[in-house]
Amino acid sequence: MKIVIAIWEGMKIAFDALRSYKMRSTLTTLGIIIGVTTVITIVALIQGLNKAFTNQISSLGSDTLYIAKFPWMMEGNSFWVYRNRRNITVKEAEKLADLSTLAQAVAPTLYTNRPIKFQENQLEGAIIVGTTEQYLITAGFVPEYGRFLTANDVSHNRPVVVLGSEIAEKLFPNSDPLGKRITLGGHKFRVIGVREKRGTFFGNNLDAYAYIPIGAFQSRFGAQFRSVEIAVKVKSPELLDEAELELTGLMRRIRGLSGDKENDFAVNKQVALQDTYQRLTGVLWAVAIGVGAISLLVGGIGIMNILLVSVTERTREIGVRKAVGARRGDILLQFLIESVMICALGVTIGVVLAIGLAKVISVTTPLPASIQLWVVFLGLGFVFAIGLFFGIYPASKAARLNPIEALRYE
Amino acid sequence: MLIQLENITKNYQVGTVTVTALQGIRMDIDHNEYVAIMGPSGSGKSTLMNILGCLDTPSSGSYLLNNNRISDLDDDRLAEIRNREIGFVFQTFNLLPRANALQNVELPLIYRGLPAAKRRTQARDALASVGLADRMDHKPNELSGGQRQRVAIARALVNNPSIILADEPTGNLDSRTGDEIMEIFEGLHEAGNTIILVTHEEYIAEHTDRIVRLRDGLIERDEAANGGH
Ligand SMILES: Nc1ncnc2c1ncn2[C@@H]1O[C@H](COP(=O)(O)OP(=O)(O)OP(=O)(O)O)[C@@H](O)[C@H]1O
Ligand SMILES: [Mg+2]
Repeated sequence: MKIVIAIWEGMKIAFDALRSYKMRSTLTTLGIIIGVTTVITIVALIQGLNKAFTNQISSLGSDTLYIAKFPWMMEGNSFWVYRNRRNITVKEAEKLADLSTLAQAVAPTLYTNRPIKFQENQLEGAIIVGTTEQYLITAGFVPEYGRFLTANDVSHNRPVVVLGSEIAEKLFPNSDPLGKRITLGGHKFRVIGVREKRGTFFGNNLDAYAYIPIGAFQSRFGAQFRSVEIAVKVKSPELLDEAELELTGLMRRIRGLSGDKENDFAVNKQVALQDTYQRLTGVLWAVAIGVGAISLLVGGIGIMNILLVSVTERTREIGVRKAVGARRGDILLQFLIESVMICALGVTIGVVLAIGLAKVISVTTPLPASIQLWVVFLGLGFVFAIGLFFGIYPASKAARLNPIEALRYE
Repeated sequence: MLIQLENITKNYQVGTVTVTALQGIRMDIDHNEYVAIMGPSGSGKSTLMNILGCLDTPSSGSYLLNNNRISDLDDDRLAEIRNREIGFVFQTFNLLPRANALQNVELPLIYRGLPAAKRRTQARDALASVGLADRMDHKPNELSGGQRQRVAIARALVNNPSIILADEPTGNLDSRTGDEIMEIFEGLHEAGNTIILVTHEEYIAEHTDRIVRLRDGLIERDEAANGGH
């Protein structure tokens, strides 16, 4: 009971002191505010990225390899080195499919960006994908309705198209797209299917793609300067490394590379992406911890400093309290509570700012950011840890004051 | 016997110099006595009062308060004695500037651990007994000097202490206000309280029953006040 009264009275005194020095108290908490805002925002970013990543990277297929001219991850200006490589051709893809023993499906793909039109509805920024019926397997394609390209469509270069859900919605807001003839970059194609909705992946709209037979793609949009990306789905995920070796060997053979020549193609896989991703979030964690630790340290020292000032300014008050019966513990508690309350002020402002910042980030950038409850609890933990750690020195200094000297203090 | 002082000395170390403020004080004070301590400036009056009030401890000698040896007690026990047994009135009032009269008077009760409702009634009663029932929510800077000292007296007596100590309680007041304060002390004495006060003014000391005169840290004379009752 007594300790409850003591804590309650301590809170009233601390609140009163903070209110008397609003400006000073707020400025003092600046370091804490910056630290908490940074840490929570970055953690929220990492959380958001993680969620997006695990949700969406699986759409690439963990058991699929992508043979391409460029590696997914490039360092420095190596782009100029890779640019000079020979383009990969559909022929090479076909040979690879013939020779590979570990591939379940092999789909050559070509990409281009063309406007799509149906009557008065036009869509810019859609991506046309030229591929084969094998893409159904390599991409884990699921049709919403209609069907995907068949081997027949591909071998006859039929002018048929499968639409991503976004394209279908935009071009056919209130009619059935199946069987309709639409214009892709000036060429007529008949809609045979619509792909299931997939959402966005790091800001790329995955539903703004249109799929046509690769032969039709090459005859309409050109073949000469384009490099094919070959998607290879491996028979089972455990065979991924083995398949990578096999495919590398086969590609070298197909391309006639002698033993001393370097690969002039890249074998990309999701695992590499994951590695890079983990390195990226590792950097983010380091930044969060670094910035957080420094600003919390600075903030903590700021609090200690302001409390020392406060103890000096209120020396007489401490003397009066001791003269009427305050024990050391009462004074110690009073100043510790004040310290924790200053921290609480900083952490509260910091959390509110971080929530706002996370909102702004997720609205204005493709980066997802989501604040989770445990982050707020972590903040509460900080309040007590910092408040107590940096408050203990000034508070015990106040508690040890000699009552007479304190009363005589001018 | 309420207070028994035996050979009390107090030395202060100022750099390499030792200042002797009290050189061996022997004094007994009984319940419901009304004592004035007088003496020239620097004679050790405040030093003695601080020791009596357990704000300070003597360098040597023994101080028994209610037969408890004060010199044996630790900081927290001394704080408890200041809280329960002693009401201190200062020349400069020493009120908390941001707290109102009622909150200032409640202060000792907070450290005694009383719940809020009980504190409020006791503090109200104490303020009413010094004639400040209508000034409870005034801050010190909204009160006159005499009213401030009355708040301080209310704070000193709110815990029903064994002794009320007042170090030049009228020193910062004009003589008419000083007389009002002395009337309050008189009333408290008649109600059974033990009061010890320091003063420079003979006419103030005349209000008391006994005058102890100090000089150079020693008791020069200890006599009944001739104007006393
Ligand atoms: N904290 C201290 N440090 C050093 N010397 C002190 C201290 N307090 C008091 N003294 C010395 O002790 C002596 C007695 O001081 P004290 O304050 O008790 O005198 P006093 O009788 O109350 O005087 P006054 O009438 O001026 O208030 C003085 O010489 C003073 O200088
Ligand atoms: Mg004095």
